Amino acid sequence: MDARRVSQVVPKVRQVGFVTHSDPNPPPQASRAQSVPIESNSGTPSDSPDFSPVMIPPPRHHSENLSHLRSAAVAVPESSSRRPMWDDRVAVVGSYNPGNSLLGQPVSPNSSEVNSEASTTLGWFGRNSSGKFSAGSSFPGGGFDLTTVKMENFTQLEGKKPEAVPERGGGAAVEVHNEVSSSTAKAKTTKAERRAMQEAQRAAKAATKGKGGGGGVEVNNRESSSNTLKAKTTKAERRETQEAQRAAKAAGKAQGNKPVAAAGGAGPGNILRQPSQNRDDPAVGSTIAGSDRRGGDRPPERERKKDVPPPRMQFDDQGRVNKSKKRAVFNQPEAKNRVELFRHLPQYEHGSQLTDLESKFLELDSMHPAVYKVGVQYLAGDVTGGNARCIAMLRAFQEVINDYSTPPGKTLVRDLTAKISSYVSFLIECRPLSMSMGNAIRFQKSRIAKLPLTLSETEAKAALCNDIDRFINEKIILADKVIVRHAATKVRDGDVLLTYGSSCVVEMILLYAHELGKQFRVVVVDSRPKHEGQALLRRLLAKGLSCTYTHINAVSYIMHEVTRVFLGASSVLSNGTTYSRVGTACVAMVAHAFRVPVLICCEAYKFHERVQLDSICSNELGMLVLVLVR
Amino acid sequence: MWHRSASFILDKNQNDTVYPADSVTLTPPPPSSISTPQNPNPNLNRNMSMSAYYQTRAAHHGVVTSDWLAQSQEAATRAVATGGQEIVDGGKSGRAFSVIDEFNNWRKQPDLAEAVAAIRALAAVIRNSEAKTMMELEIELKKASDSLKSWDTTSISLTAGCDLFMRYVTRTSALEYEDFNSARSRLIERAEKFGEISYKARKIIAMLSQDFIFDGCTILVHGFSRVVMEVLKMAAQNKKLFRVLCTEGRPDRSGLRLANELAKLDVPVKLLIDSAVAYTMDEVDMVFVGADGVVESGGIINMMGTYQIALVAHSMNKPVYVAAESYKFARLYPLDQKDMGPALRPIDFGVPIPSKVEVETSARDYTPPQYLTLLFTDLGVLTPSVVSDELIQLYL
Repeated sequence: MDARRVSQVVPKVRQVGFVTHSDPNPPPQASRAQSVPIESNSGTPSDSPDFSPVMIPPPRHHSENLSHLRSAAVAVPESSSRRPMWDDRVAVVGSYNPGNSLLGQPVSPNSSEVNSEASTTLGWFGRNSSGKFSAGSSFPGGGFDLTTVKMENFTQLEGKKPEAVPERGGGAAVEVHNEVSSSTAKAKTTKAERRAMQEAQRAAKAATKGKGGGGGVEVNNRESSSNTLKAKTTKAERRETQEAQRAAKAAGKAQGNKPVAAAGGAGPGNILRQPSQNRDDPAVGSTIAGSDRRGGDRPPERERKKDVPPPRMQFDDQGRVNKSKKRAVFNQPEAKNRVELFRHLPQYEHGSQLTDLESKFLELDSMHPAVYKVGVQYLAGDVTGGNARCIAMLRAFQEVINDYSTPPGKTLVRDLTAKISSYVSFLIECRPLSMSMGNAIRFQKSRIAKLPLTLSETEAKAALCNDIDRFINEKIILADKVIVRHAATKVRDGDVLLTYGSSCVVEMILLYAHELGKQFRVVVVDSRPKHEGQALLRRLLAKGLSCTYTHINAVSYIMHEVTRVFLGASSVLSNGTTYSRVGTACVAMVAHAFRVPVLICCEAYKFHERVQLDSICSNELGMLVLVLVR
Repeated sequence: MWHRSASFILDKNQNDTVYPADSVTLTPPPPSSISTPQNPNPNLNRNMSMSAYYQTRAAHHGVVTSDWLAQSQEAATRAVATGGQEIVDGGKSGRAFSVIDEFNNWRKQPDLAEAVAAIRALAAVIRNSEAKTMMELEIELKKASDSLKSWDTTSISLTAGCDLFMRYVTRTSALEYEDFNSARSRLIERAEKFGEISYKARKIIAMLSQDFIFDGCTILVHGFSRVVMEVLKMAAQNKKLFRVLCTEGRPDRSGLRLANELAKLDVPVKLLIDSAVAYTMDEVDMVFVGADGVVESGGIINMMGTYQIALVAHSMNKPVYVAAESYKFARLYPLDQKDMGPALRPIDFGVPIPSKVEVETSARDYTPPQYLTLLFTDLGVLTPSVVSDELIQLYL
């Protein structure tokens, strides 16, 4: 009945496949159904007094920013009374944490302000989210899969066997991310929908916590969003949905923690689908596309989701930070002068952790000594560089696996994965992971998960150690060899090669080209605070290369005589951008201005499917002291 | 990559007048007596001042330079001398098969590109192979393609054609499940298909590019490219009205030959000296060039002068179209002009040059992708960036 009316009022055939609300204004009947008068836009961004001007610029995360602005504007009085832990400031900033927004709270439906809010925002966000969903649902795995395929391709270029599995995944993390946030973006809707969303978010949370049922997250979110898309339902229907969800929840709870996520995904999804499809406007494309897909290739998707890493932690999200602090092995003093622009990044005072960690050595009985050692090395800066850190970590894991024995009553696959996860979070505390390490960890976990159940424990351990060895050999050492051989063909006699900082693969290239007897000169460009180039310079001079050393201030001065620029990279992202030591972009841009070819040397295992538009959204912060003190 | 070759365009409007395809495809011409397996390309080794690739082109195009004449005479006497050796060598198992022979036989056909000749020769290798296992066959094929490649290292299309053949023919999953004989016949089938596609390529490109030639347009052409010739020929046959400006194409004067051919088709032609390109660019509607090779960046390597023409055209906002068969897609990524193996070609200045004066004899240059508008290939009309996509897809 209701659905019919919707289709009458919106008779256009526009919603085939991709749902794009072309009109930015919400359909008027959305509020009429709620029997709430349309009010003026009470929750505009200007209403929020607390919004600091220095943030990630709003246009980039349009929907997100607006959404928490709105939720903050309305939410403050209620939520602050109910959840004293979060002050309103946090509510402003918590962009990804679903529980943080109003949605977690069952707000009484007769709050007219809220509803008008919904009506005003709905059309806008509806369009926004449907755009997202059409990307997510009608192309299963959308653009991300493309990039992953390409990445595998590149892997082969390096002359190695492509490990298809570990490199899959990842992209979907962004997807989940987006969808979670988009459902938060919708802020407020009818009660049933809020319920549904709450459910979804709970499931999402659970899924991010343990990797149990990743597949469920997406389904649930999509379900709720398609609900929101429809804008309103009758009371009876709302009741029905609520009922179904409650049932599903109960069923999920009965199965314990991890299954909750799975059941939360599959259970309500299945129960809900029947009614929702029946009354659905057939034109609502995303629901149909979504459900079609769900019916079609369910298992592969679940497979894909399993490898997805949890969304990156946002450090301006107080709730999460507190939670992670509780789990932390040692306490990290937060930086006193936190820069607003970097609030979402971990900002810790460096210096005291090492002693703190060392003093706790004996208390950390759960920590394997090899992992502890690697962690201390990271913290002290003894092991730096993507490859070195990655190899050190993998070697430590090898020792862990060698010393591992399955506790009684547990399975190796589950327990070892959990153990490795805890070690990884320890390593993250010591220093944020590099992309290469992230990829290696993903590989490692997928190898563990894919172990055949028939293997005995010793066999499994041997297989895993073997896998790690192969990873190091094929993805790092052999890849370097291939890169070196390939890059050396681009060095001609009489060249002047410029390099920045100290990249081990670039160093290998220079030495190899020198061994080949090519006549060339090297310009080592260096920068404060680390002066890594000095060590490189010494090593090159020791091998008899002719070198010039300069600081990055002089790069434009030196560039005119340079014929090639060789740079290392921490990661190459899927849009072709490079993530590397600070200053690299500067060198590359100067080189470009001088029309000097820039060659990035990067092993394929460091490729990452993320897309990053600037260096602020995700980065690792250095030490304040080093920048200030000479 | 070839699964979606644009060859359908041929199937739709079959036009058999130009090439009676059957006469060329399956029966190789009788082997000639001049076959020198020991030293397949005598000219190459003796005189490094001229690229073998350009020798072949000169032979095909009938552009006779005095140098070339002398060399070919030498080569003929040398070949007769070494001919006897071959009999001793080949007498082991009746008549031993040699790729180079096969290649040379195919190469004799004036309209057959070098790369297609190589592809045909490699197909013949599979056919004549006595290998018993897949691995053996693959090794044999690899050897054959290596010897073909070393026959002329300066030819990009030859190298690329061999590489692509190996990729296309041997990389099929269907081989895994079959016994050797059926796998072998499958390989032969694929090889034939590849040869066929490559052979038809020029025609497909001509068809595809017809949409871009409009009545009353002026086309600037640089050098003599058989693909471009085919394009213009078909446009003329389709009763399009257009004017062609031909550069002279020093040093081998290939532009003169093109002008000659076009005049035969009653297309209005104007000859320019190479340095008059910028002068005439304002009346030009589009630039049409061929390519010796298309590289991973999407740029092309072509006869010397292409780069500057592309630069002039770019600065005057004129489109630059490249006609190139997909077997010219090479795995190269030149960073600058001198980043390739040089292909040299002697230049006849007409007057004696003092020995102190150095002469730049490179025969080709590299045009970066940002100066190209579109590439007409047998895979379709591609932007330069798609070329890199195709190459990545194929090779990785």
